[in-house]
Amino acid sequence: MSELTRVSETPRVTELEDGTLVYRTAQWSPPGCHGVGCGLKAFVKDGKLIKVEGDPDQPITNGRLCIRCLTMPEYIYHEDRLLYPMKRERQFRGQPDKWERCTWDEAYDIIVEKYHELTEKYGPDTVSVWTGTGREASAYQFQTCNQVFHSRTAIHANGGWSCVIPRQTAMDWLLGCAYVEYDGAFGFKDRFDDPRYELPKYMLIWGRDTLWSNPDGLFGHSTVDMMKRGMKIIVVDPRANWLARHAEIHFQIRPGTDAALAMALNTVIIEEDLYDHEFVEKWTYGFDQYAERCRTMTPEMAAEICEVPVEDIYKAARLLAQKPCTASVGLKTDQNPNTLQICHAIWGIFAICGNLDNPGGIKLGQTMLNGGSTGRKGVGMQVNEEDTNPIPIAGHDQYPAMDFIINTTQPDCTLDTLRTNIPYPIEFLFIQSSNFISSCITQQPMQWMEACRHKEFICATDIFMNPTIQALADVVLPVSTSLEHEGIVTFHGCNQPGQFHALTQVLEPLGECKSDLQIMLDLDHRINPDRTEDAEKWADERGYLDNKIQNIPYTADPETGEPMTYEKLREWVYGRYEIPYYQYEKGLLRADGKSGFKSPTGRVELWSTVKQHLGEDPLPYYEEPRFSKRSRPEWIEEYPLDFVTGARRPTSFHTEHRMIKSLREIRKAATVEINPVTAEKYGISQGDWVTIENPWGKCKMMADVTPIVKEGVIGCDHGWWYPEDKDTELFSVRKSSINSLMPWKEIGKLGLGSHYGALPCKIYRSEN
Amino acid sequence: MATYGLMIDNEYCTGCHTCEIACRNELGLPQGQWGIKLLEMGPWRKMDGKWEGKYVPVPTTYCTMCESRVEAGGVPSCVLHCLANAIEYGTLEELAHKMAERGEQCSIFLP
Repeated sequence: MSELTRVSETPRVTELEDGTLVYRTAQWSPPGCHGVGCGLKAFVKDGKLIKVEGDPDQPITNGRLCIRCLTMPEYIYHEDRLLYPMKRERQFRGQPDKWERCTWDEAYDIIVEKYHELTEKYGPDTVSVWTGTGREASAYQFQTCNQVFHSRTAIHANGGWSCVIPRQTAMDWLLGCAYVEYDGAFGFKDRFDDPRYELPKYMLIWGRDTLWSNPDGLFGHSTVDMMKRGMKIIVVDPRANWLARHAEIHFQIRPGTDAALAMALNTVIIEEDLYDHEFVEKWTYGFDQYAERCRTMTPEMAAEICEVPVEDIYKAARLLAQKPCTASVGLKTDQNPNTLQICHAIWGIFAICGNLDNPGGIKLGQTMLNGGSTGRKGVGMQVNEEDTNPIPIAGHDQYPAMDFIINTTQPDCTLDTLRTNIPYPIEFLFIQSSNFISSCITQQPMQWMEACRHKEFICATDIFMNPTIQALADVVLPVSTSLEHEGIVTFHGCNQPGQFHALTQVLEPLGECKSDLQIMLDLDHRINPDRTEDAEKWADERGYLDNKIQNIPYTADPETGEPMTYEKLREWVYGRYEIPYYQYEKGLLRADGKSGFKSPTGRVELWSTVKQHLGEDPLPYYEEPRFSKRSRPEWIEEYPLDFVTGARRPTSFHTEHRMIKSLREIRKAATVEINPVTAEKYGISQGDWVTIENPWGKCKMMADVTPIVKEGVIGCDHGWWYPEDKDTELFSVRKSSINSLMPWKEIGKLGLGSHYGALPCKIYRSEN
Repeated sequence: MATYGLMIDNEYCTGCHTCEIACRNELGLPQGQWGIKLLEMGPWRKMDGKWEGKYVPVPTTYCTMCESRVEAGGVPSCVLHCLANAIEYGTLEELAHKMAERGEQCSIFLP
C-alpha cells in the first residue's frame, strides 16, 4: 500500500548566534510555480526575511533552488506589492489613479452585497470564478465556485483548455488512471538506489522543457539527475533546447505535426513485432484495430509530414520498445486541435510495450478512490450529486464531452457567453491569481478584456497590480506569499508519489495580506453562515487543511495510525508519499477494487469506447495544422514564417516576476528566436526590436538570432507585460502580446486543444 | 596549505543562472556585479549534425569560495544551489582526480 513517512528529523526552526531564525519550509506559491515543493531555508531577522536558501533535507531538490526562489526577498518587499484591499468605482475601470484603500470588512461587504444582488437578478451561475495556471489558488477554485458561491461557472480562460486537461483526459480514457509521469523514484527514501527501482533506458521527451517548466509538481532537473546516471533521451520539439541538444535523437518536427510522428513510432514497433504480446493480450483492448490504424501512417509518410529523417523514426521506435522506457509528455501536446490523437498515440507506444507502472516506466496516477480528477460524468467517477439543472454550463451544449472531462465551462464558448449572455449572463467575476489579458492562457486577450469590461461586478485577488486587475477590477484583495501562510504541497494532488510537504508560515503577512484559503473561508462565513455539513472543515485554515490531508488515501500518521493532521505535518515539514508499482495488478486503480484499469472495459483502451461514445473517432488520426503552409498555401507569400510559443525561462513563471529587477537583469524583455539565415534575409540583427504580424494581430519582441530554431520557424516568448511602464496603458500589455496573433475557437472536435503555435506570420525590423 | 577550487561540469550545466544569484546573495553584491558569471558558448551545429555549445559559469575575483560557509561545515552557495549539481568544491588535488575520472567536458577554476 501507499504510505506517508517523515523525511527528516531536523527541527523546523533553529536560531543562529545573532538571533536570526532559520525556518525550513516548502515552496508552492506565490510567487508562482507549480507545486514542486522545493525545500527552503528562510532566514528571518527581527521579523524580516533576509535571505532564502535551499534546504538539503528536501529529498528531491536536495538544496537546489532556482533564481525565482533565491530572489524571494525582492519579491516579498517589492514597493509595488498590494498590501491592502482596494476599491474603485465601476466607471473608472482601467484608471490607475482611482483606487481607494478600504478595509477587509468593507471589501467583503461589497462582494457579498453584489453577490446577493446579482444572483437574485440572474441566478447563481452568473457568478464566475477564474483561476490562472499552477498557483496555489487553483487548489481552491472549484470549492470557491461550487461550494461558497453555489455556481457552476468555474472558468479557465484557456482556448481548448490547452493546459494539461487534454493530456489528462487521454490518460483517463485510454490508460484508465489519473495523471501520469515519468518514474523518477520520487517516493523512495533512497531514490534511485532503492532496490525496487530501475533506471529507464530511454526517456521520450515530447513538447516539454521540464528544466524550466517544472510541470505540475515535477522537479524538472530530475531529468538531468537521471541522464547523469546513464539514461538517454529522445526529444520531440521544434526548438533545439538544452535537452534536445543533449538527446540521442532530436525530432525537430514541423510545428503541430506531432500525431503523425507518434503514430509512425507505433507502426514500426508493431510491424517489427517489438511489442509486449503478453501485456497487449492481457491488459489492452482493441489492439488489432489500433495496429491497423497506426499502419496507415508509415514512417516514410511521417518523415515527409514532420520534415524529419525517416531513419530516426525507425531508430527511435526500436529504442523505445525496450524495457524499461519512460516518457515526459508536455504542454505542447495539449496545444493542438489534434491533441487527443497525439496523446492517444504517445501513450499507445508505452502501453503496447508494457511500460506502464513498471519500475522505470510510466508511473500511472493513483486514482484516489473517487476516480481521479476529471468531470462529473467522468469514467469511473462516483457521482455524488446529479446535475439536474436544465440549463447547461457555458459551452457544454456545444461540446457535451466537457461534462465527461472537467467541471469548468468550455473556455472558447465562454467568450461567446460573455458576449451574448447565452445560455446565461455572467455578470459577477471573481478572478483568483489570473492575469489573463497578459498573453498567457487566453488567445485574443484583448477580446477577452473587452468582453469583460462591461460586466456588473469584478473582484480580483493577487500580489501585484497587473494589467488584468487594472483594466477590469472594482475590488482587489491582496494575497499573502507562500512564506506568509500555511498550506500543503503534494505531487499533483498525490496522483503521483513524492513530495507531501507543509508550507509553513515564516513571516507575519505584510500589510493586511491574506492567504487564498483564508479569503475563501471568510467569504464562506459571510455567504453560508449556517453551514452545518463539514462545519469543522470550513471553520478555519487548520480544519480545512486537516480535511484535505485526510481525504487523500493512505495518509495515516505512521507513528500512531490515527488520521494525519496538518499540525503534525508542519512539524515534519517534509513527508514522503509512496505509491506502489503495478497498481493495475493489485486492484488499486478501480473504485471496485478489481484488477485492471479504470476504463469501461477495465483495460487500456487502444480502441477508446469513451471516444466512440462521445462521437469522436475511437482511434488516433493525424490532422494537418489548420493554418500551416500546407493547409493555406495561398498565405505563404504574405506570411512565409511559422511561429511557435511557450518556451519556458528560469526568470519567470508565465506572467509573473516581470517586476523583479534581478530577474529582469538576466532577461530584459520578450524575445523572438530567429534562425541566422532568416534573420539575414530580413535584415535583423541580435537585439533588434522586431514586429511579428499575421492576420489576427501584431506585437514586438527583441531578436535573439540563434540556430536552435529552423529556418522559417520563429520561437516567441509569452506572458510579457512591463510593470515599469506605469504611465503607459495597462503596463504596455499589448506590446509583446503574441497571443494576439492566435485565432480563437480553432479547437478539436470534443472541445479540447487549440493552436498556440504552428501559426503563420511575417517579421520585420521595428522602426524604434 | 591546500588550494581549493571549483570544478564545473560543462556537459551538464544547463544555464540556470542559479549560481549567479546564490552567489550575489551570499556576498551581498549589488546589481551589475557578479561573484560568478554564466557565459554561453554557441550553440551551433557541427558539420556532423551534432550540437556544440556550453554554458560556463566563471568565478570572478569577488569569489571567496564561501569561506565562512565552508568553515561552518557547509559548501559554497553556488555548489549547494546549482540545479544540475554541476559545480563541485574541493582541493585542487581532489578536483584533478575527479576531472580525470570525468574524462571530458569539465573545467576547474581558481578565482
